[in-house]
Amino acid sequence: MQKIRIGGGAGFSGDRLEPAVLLAREGKLDYLVLECLAERTIALAQQRKLQDPSTGFDPLLERRMESLLPVIKEHGVRLISNFGAANPVAAARKIAELAKRKGISITVAAVFGDDVLEQIDPAMPTMETGRPLSDYGDIISANAYLGIDALLPALESGAEVIVTGRVADPSLFLAPMVHAFGWSVGDYATLGQGTVIGHLLECGAQICGGYFMDGDRKAVPDPARLGFPIAEVAADGSATISKIAGTGGRIDLRTAKEQLLYEVVDPHAYLTPDVAADFTTVHLQADDTDIVSVYGGTGVERPDTLKASVGYRAGYRGEGEISYAGPGAESRARLAGEIVAERLQGELDHVRVDIVGVDSVHLAAGQSTDPREARVRVSGSATTREIAARVGEEVEALYTNGPWGGGGARKTVTQMVGIVSVLLDRKRIHPSLEIFRA
Amino acid sequence: MKLYDIAHSRAGDKGNTLTLSLIPFDSADYEWISREASVDRVAAHLSNSVHGEIRRYEMPNIHALLFVCEGALQGGVTTSLTADTHGKCMSGVLLDMEIAGDGTG
Repeated sequence: MQKIRIGGGAGFSGDRLEPAVLLAREGKLDYLVLECLAERTIALAQQRKLQDPSTGFDPLLERRMESLLPVIKEHGVRLISNFGAANPVAAARKIAELAKRKGISITVAAVFGDDVLEQIDPAMPTMETGRPLSDYGDIISANAYLGIDALLPALESGAEVIVTGRVADPSLFLAPMVHAFGWSVGDYATLGQGTVIGHLLECGAQICGGYFMDGDRKAVPDPARLGFPIAEVAADGSATISKIAGTGGRIDLRTAKEQLLYEVVDPHAYLTPDVAADFTTVHLQADDTDIVSVYGGTGVERPDTLKASVGYRAGYRGEGEISYAGPGAESRARLAGEIVAERLQGELDHVRVDIVGVDSVHLAAGQSTDPREARVRVSGSATTREIAARVGEEVEALYTNGPWGGGGARKTVTQMVGIVSVLLDRKRIHPSLEIFRA
Repeated sequence: MKLYDIAHSRAGDKGNTLTLSLIPFDSADYEWISREASVDRVAAHLSNSVHGEIRRYEMPNIHALLFVCEGALQGGVTTSLTADTHGKCMSGVLLDMEIAGDGTG
């Protein structure tokens, strides 16, 4: 078997659209993977699906497929994405409809079975606190992280587009490697290395200088036109990471190291449904400009349990902001915050006041600041939208009821969906497949 | 001098846990940075924001450190009232930490 080329065409639901099209057109890809599903995204999608059973997939899905369908068809690239979110079947049906309309003949597979809402027991302890699910708000969604075993039948079906809901991000990349090279699902050392490759690609531009650049100190050429990554994987699992020549960005040891460690909570055992991958044996090597090879990752047996993300109603967050400038900007912003907090006393569960530009991220003791402008941000949580809205109302009222010179007031109310995790026996999870043809 | 002068960092989140990588630009500075960025010193530096346990993983294979900070995100991405619910800006806070020179002048 020759090497295979896998592109990472999206790193989150709202990621830029054009880089994936460029990857499919010029990347000589075998597979294009779009990772579009954050923990919270699926809970919100579940809400939409409850209101309309034909929805619940990623809101950008149609726009993405509109431009991608003709290109993947022309270049023989197979697409794998979790943008099915809460409703992969409706997403696959939608893609098939879109293809039909465009006169493109294509096979779409929906992978589902991650929705485990029916199997959730309120007495289950949460991984975060050990407290039972029943301690949290009304449960609105529960989705287990599926692994390569859910994706392999779809790959074997020959489907050109594979749409999933919740699947562990690296598994989206590992599955085509296992499929193409015939790796055993018990060969944990190789699965560990393949998981490392998936982890490096799953955030799209983040290994290509995205979320990295810092002037001359961490220079990234042509940053407005970042290319997205391609892994060329060999049958032994070693790979080189590169991007399309002529695109912006940078791939080097620094960008690869930042991405390798990104969101890792235990580098000795990076747990996925497929393997407990070991990142401490990974070797990165800079081969050339914008080419890094990665090898040496390994792993041990996969867990017996699958993690499921459980979404619950967590009330509403109200926010309001207003700016001050010139002499004493910071002290007026502080005064404004204190006034709003006092006016809201007794109405909201929690109220928080930050001065953006001074202490909204981290309050460092003893640091003096005298900013030319300061923006006060007040936020609070409440059980109803109406009460949460009081935060923004009081911030806006500072126009005529607060310190001098306030401007640019903005207010928002957000429905909060909390996420906690539980572990489920994997024997209870049954991934399924449905094929649509256009 | 600050960590910023010799290293870079990326923050990540998992639930209410914050992860911070710390990567020297020059691999030769790995031992120096490992000495300076002890768990105790990093915990003291972040103490206004991070209230839970901090674990440090050493990664000599890539000459990098990883700090895993529990209970650091005021409840986590979905329910926190902070502006930066992911804690993504905390990489900048880490790099702001003062360190001693490497002794070689």
